[in-house]
Amino acid sequence: MVSINVWNASVDFPIFDAKSRSLKKLVLGKVGGKIGTEQKVPIIEALHDITLSLKEGDRVGLVGHNGAGKSTLLRLLAGIYEPTRGSARTLGKVAPVFDLGVGMDPEISGLENIMIRGLFLGMTRKQMEKKVDDIAEFTELGDYLQMPLRTYSTGMRVRLALGVVTSIDPEILLLDEGIGAVDAAFLAKARTRLVDLVNRSGMLVFASHQDDLLFELCDSAIWMDEGHIKMHGSLREVITQYKGRDPFASMDRETLERLGIEPALTTNPSEV
Amino acid sequence: MSVTSTAEQEQAPPPPPSSRSWSRAREDIVEGFRQRELWGHLGWQDIKQRYRRSVIGPLWITLSMAITAIGLGLLYSQLFGAHIQTFLPYITVGFIVWNFMSGCLLEGTDTFIGNEGLIKHLPAPLTVYALRTVWRLTLMFAHNLVVYVIVLAIFWSDLTGPYRITPVTGTLEPGIGLSILLAIPAFILLAINGGWVAILFGIISTRYRDIPPVINSLVSLIFFMTPIVWTTDILTATKIGGEGDGSWRILIAELNPLYHYVQILRAPLIGTEQNWHHWAVVGGLTVVGWAMAFVVMRNYRARVSYWV
Repeated sequence: MVSINVWNASVDFPIFDAKSRSLKKLVLGKVGGKIGTEQKVPIIEALHDITLSLKEGDRVGLVGHNGAGKSTLLRLLAGIYEPTRGSARTLGKVAPVFDLGVGMDPEISGLENIMIRGLFLGMTRKQMEKKVDDIAEFTELGDYLQMPLRTYSTGMRVRLALGVVTSIDPEILLLDEGIGAVDAAFLAKARTRLVDLVNRSGMLVFASHQDDLLFELCDSAIWMDEGHIKMHGSLREVITQYKGRDPFASMDRETLERLGIEPALTTNPSEV
Repeated sequence: MSVTSTAEQEQAPPPPPSSRSWSRAREDIVEGFRQRELWGHLGWQDIKQRYRRSVIGPLWITLSMAITAIGLGLLYSQLFGAHIQTFLPYITVGFIVWNFMSGCLLEGTDTFIGNEGLIKHLPAPLTVYALRTVWRLTLMFAHNLVVYVIVLAIFWSDLTGPYRITPVTGTLEPGIGLSILLAIPAFILLAINGGWVAILFGIISTRYRDIPPVINSLVSLIFFMTPIVWTTDILTATKIGGEGDGSWRILIAELNPLYHYVQILRAPLIGTEQNWHHWAVVGGLTVVGWAMAFVVMRNYRARVSYWV
């Protein structure tokens, strides 16, 4: 049973500046008495009182301004950050694709990065060896997989990361913005695989600023604002509220056709 | 539409146990050990990575150990007037064991700081990173053992019979025998200790960034305090201080916990007198160390991803 439940969760980051992060302050602070408010470590409230329940088959888009807490929420859902208050429980095999530069070693080859990612996501070495050909074919990277990752372009890294997560049958897929770096042809291919994956008893949470990508992959959405969930509903309603206009109105005909929405229907708000 | 309404969320099942619980800490450690393919691969990767693009690759580990051991062996055997045939193996083995232990202490402090990217991007038990560090050091130890095997082959005849490391005043050592097999449990015990060191010091260092330099300077001091380039024979020799029997000086070594760790592994490898109290001390420290690591794991496991 795949599900994510979050109850009144908050995520506070302590910000240790150079001084408060050292023992010096701790020791001197006790000896020398109060130094006023400086003794407290400043805190950034990245997420505040989040309550959320997602289940099998959900395809949720995350929208919101920079710094609204989208990436932090994704990490909370992945179990990387445990809430400082409240609680969160994620059931199912999680596969995150976050910041594409980090979490991969630039010095080792694409193939080895595939192996390490796979092992992290709970696969065995043998299972991954079987998947490598499939990933190579899907990502269209071919012989480039032998090259060190530092020679890859951003789009190629996205292909690699998507290739790994979609090949291992995860139950919960968490994607941060950045996957928009791939070209249209690859995106179409990836979309089919991602949608397939979600339909096979999965869940997708996807943070993005690109409307067309959101509509390709999601059906509902969460609007994050200053660490709160400001709105949670159908994708179209949320985007309309967030942007202040109907997203379909500004999309070109071609995109709408690809999404399977008749241009004529876009005037009818009940149809999404 | 599959979005749950607010009313349904209120009836959600009760929250799971808080992140500060013994069971979560235990789960992390058990799950970490279970993912041995992951840390095994990461550890190998570290070794390969360090020597990528160098011609002889990881053989550099072996080679630099050989150079150090020969250099120090020649120098100190002359300083102490010891036979090179037995003093060189003594220093070589001491140095190999020391390298593993100081590695656990130094690289242990960097266990989580060094894996910041992975910790923030992929959910995995913290224990995986501690095991990665210990496994990497174990592989380096294995590379260094080659030097030991060569030294053993060269000085075989000197080491297999009874000998004295320091002539005349030194204790008579029995020489290498079947007791060499004790080296296996001894190393396993050392590696087990590496685990708690990496977890405990790793977590403390992640929070307080002053700890790594503190450990760094202490380790280089302790190296000179530990009988590695000198022997305990020197401490017990009556001649040094002039008056008294000098037996209190042995405390310099005995009070140093690292001496006991060195001794349980070095003694079987070069066939010196074994003393069971070393095993007792190491065993006790293992239990205490893991208990501390467990407490820290329980209280601060969930904080590490915030601190790195």
